[in-house]
Amino acid sequence: MNPLLFGILALLMIASALGVVLLHSPVRSALSLVMTLFLLAVTFLFLDAYLVAALQVVVYAGAIMVLFLFVIMLLNLQADPQGMAKVGVRFAAVLLASLFLLAAVRFFVAPAALGSGTGMGGTPPAGFGSVEAVAERLFTHSLFAFEVTSVLLLVAIIGAVVLAKRKLV
Amino acid sequence: MWIEVLIALIKASAIVGMIVGLAGMLGWVERKGSALIQDRIGANRASIFGFAGAGLINTMMADPLKFFTKEDIVPARVDRLLHTLAPCVAMFPVLATFAVIPFGDVLQVGERSINLQVAPLNIGILYVLAMAGLAVYGVVLAGWASNDRLSLLGGIRGSAQMISYEVGMGLSIVAMVMTYGTLDLQAMVRAQGHLIGGWLPAWGVLYQPLAFLIFLCAGIAESKRVPFDLPEGESELVSGYFTEYSGIKYLMFFMTDFIEIAVIAGLITTMFFGGWQVPYLMRDGFHFPGGAAVLLPQVIVAVLQIGSFMVKVFFFCWFQIMIRWTLPRLRYDTLMRLGWKGLLPAALLNILATAVIALAVQG
Amino acid sequence: MTVVPITWYLILGAILFTIGAVGVLIRRNVIVIFMSIELMLNAVNLVFVAFSRQLHSMDGQVAVFFVMTVAAAEAAVGLAVIIAMFRNRETINADELSLLRW
Repeated sequence: MNPLLFGILALLMIASALGVVLLHSPVRSALSLVMTLFLLAVTFLFLDAYLVAALQVVVYAGAIMVLFLFVIMLLNLQADPQGMAKVGVRFAAVLLASLFLLAAVRFFVAPAALGSGTGMGGTPPAGFGSVEAVAERLFTHSLFAFEVTSVLLLVAIIGAVVLAKRKLV
Repeated sequence: MWIEVLIALIKASAIVGMIVGLAGMLGWVERKGSALIQDRIGANRASIFGFAGAGLINTMMADPLKFFTKEDIVPARVDRLLHTLAPCVAMFPVLATFAVIPFGDVLQVGERSINLQVAPLNIGILYVLAMAGLAVYGVVLAGWASNDRLSLLGGIRGSAQMISYEVGMGLSIVAMVMTYGTLDLQAMVRAQGHLIGGWLPAWGVLYQPLAFLIFLCAGIAESKRVPFDLPEGESELVSGYFTEYSGIKYLMFFMTDFIEIAVIAGLITTMFFGGWQVPYLMRDGFHFPGGAAVLLPQVIVAVLQIGSFMVKVFFFCWFQIMIRWTLPRLRYDTLMRLGWKGLLPAALLNILATAVIALAVQG
Repeated sequence: MTVVPITWYLILGAILFTIGAVGVLIRRNVIVIFMSIELMLNAVNLVFVAFSRQLHSMDGQVAVFFVMTVAAAEAAVGLAVIIAMFRNRETINADELSLLRW
């Protein structure tokens, strides 16, 4: 991928991620997150992960975020002036987070630490990232995880319905 | 490389121009069609020097002009940014869905064969589902941003309805994907050119009639048309989630409604009725089952295919408009019950049956 | 056209993760905390896909598939909990939901 294109995408992504955290109105936070997810889907397309990009839009941006917006609308949440912690907490959080970021970049991301080198590995084999390739891995190597995940989803559905049900007096 | 960009631009603008024009014409078809059903004359006042042009003056000029020149009233208490954003967010996914609908086979220009599909994605159907998912945002934002009880109610109802019927739509599409073994829409249409038993065109509706019915039902519910138009319930919620809109923004919501009719018609045509396939028409001409063949130049074949696609899309648009004036509106709980307790189990059983039959035929 | 080295993707993922973590720490609205958690999960997805592309292995993308599924299940249950909490306490400010604090 073109470095200039990556730079633009990265800047937009960081801006919308900051929007999620810093905006006072929950609806605008949610919309900022939708934009971040969309930009991530575009990045996935450039990384040859076609099925994952489509799933990102269908599942994350199209279903999970709609659920978030639904709940925000249902609870009628307006812009919240007490939405942030006290100034001291904010300062400490940002300081710790920056320290963590610097440590992560220095120790885990530095070229010396990456055993596989910094290149992107050249052109992938044909059909990489397509539905067939993911399906082939999913139903052979990760079959057990796949089946367990379906049970997990069933449990989550039942749990959500039970929790959100209005108790009949 | 610039030639390819130019060709893609031409294809995209042709499609968008055609669809927006079609949406305008559908407005007139709706008025005249409803008038015919209700035994009245309908809109016949717009004309230039007595020339009404069979409604073209009305739809192409009078209606849009009326909307453009109306005052754009924005109530004081709305959330300005979201209020302005909602119509754009509503219109974007429905127009973008047309990028993967193929409107022809290939067009030979010199030694370059142009695939008559704006974006030849190999995950075509997933893209359609993604755009259907994004279409909910327009409704949600319009309902929320209007800061008004009735709009919020229409917005919540609309989005709940859309996500419920998205599930049924997705599952009926899964059955089609299983039948054709591909997610690519152009490959699906090409596969429908085969002949069963030597004479019957292998259209999707013959393989998957139940999936067709489920998709038709879910598609009409997705576009919030009658009988599923409770979110914009004209007799209850004033105009539902777009009550607080006027002028161009209202025109955008209005257009989105009709463009979505065209989208659903396009998808039904592509997956179930052979897309651009004319029965017995191959790339070089007609090949009838008896053995007779009529050879035609490639350009004529392409034109015939595009024409056949347009005719089928028109038919399904007309069909959806006629349904509007035939069936009564579903009540909200009936609507949700139909989506979750009717279409979803039917679609799941359809997938199961398809899988069993596919295995039986193969093995 | 030069290729973007993988470290750039990893750094972007780390930055997004950190922004999400800061969001969890400083925001008091439970739903926004939840959204920051989703942001962190997505940063991890980005790192998975980047490595999958570099090592030409589909395992990364299969992992992303599972992360997305689990995130969907978690979002559904979490939001149901939030709705139940709102019905009982009329607030979703994390500072005021302190019944279990000693």
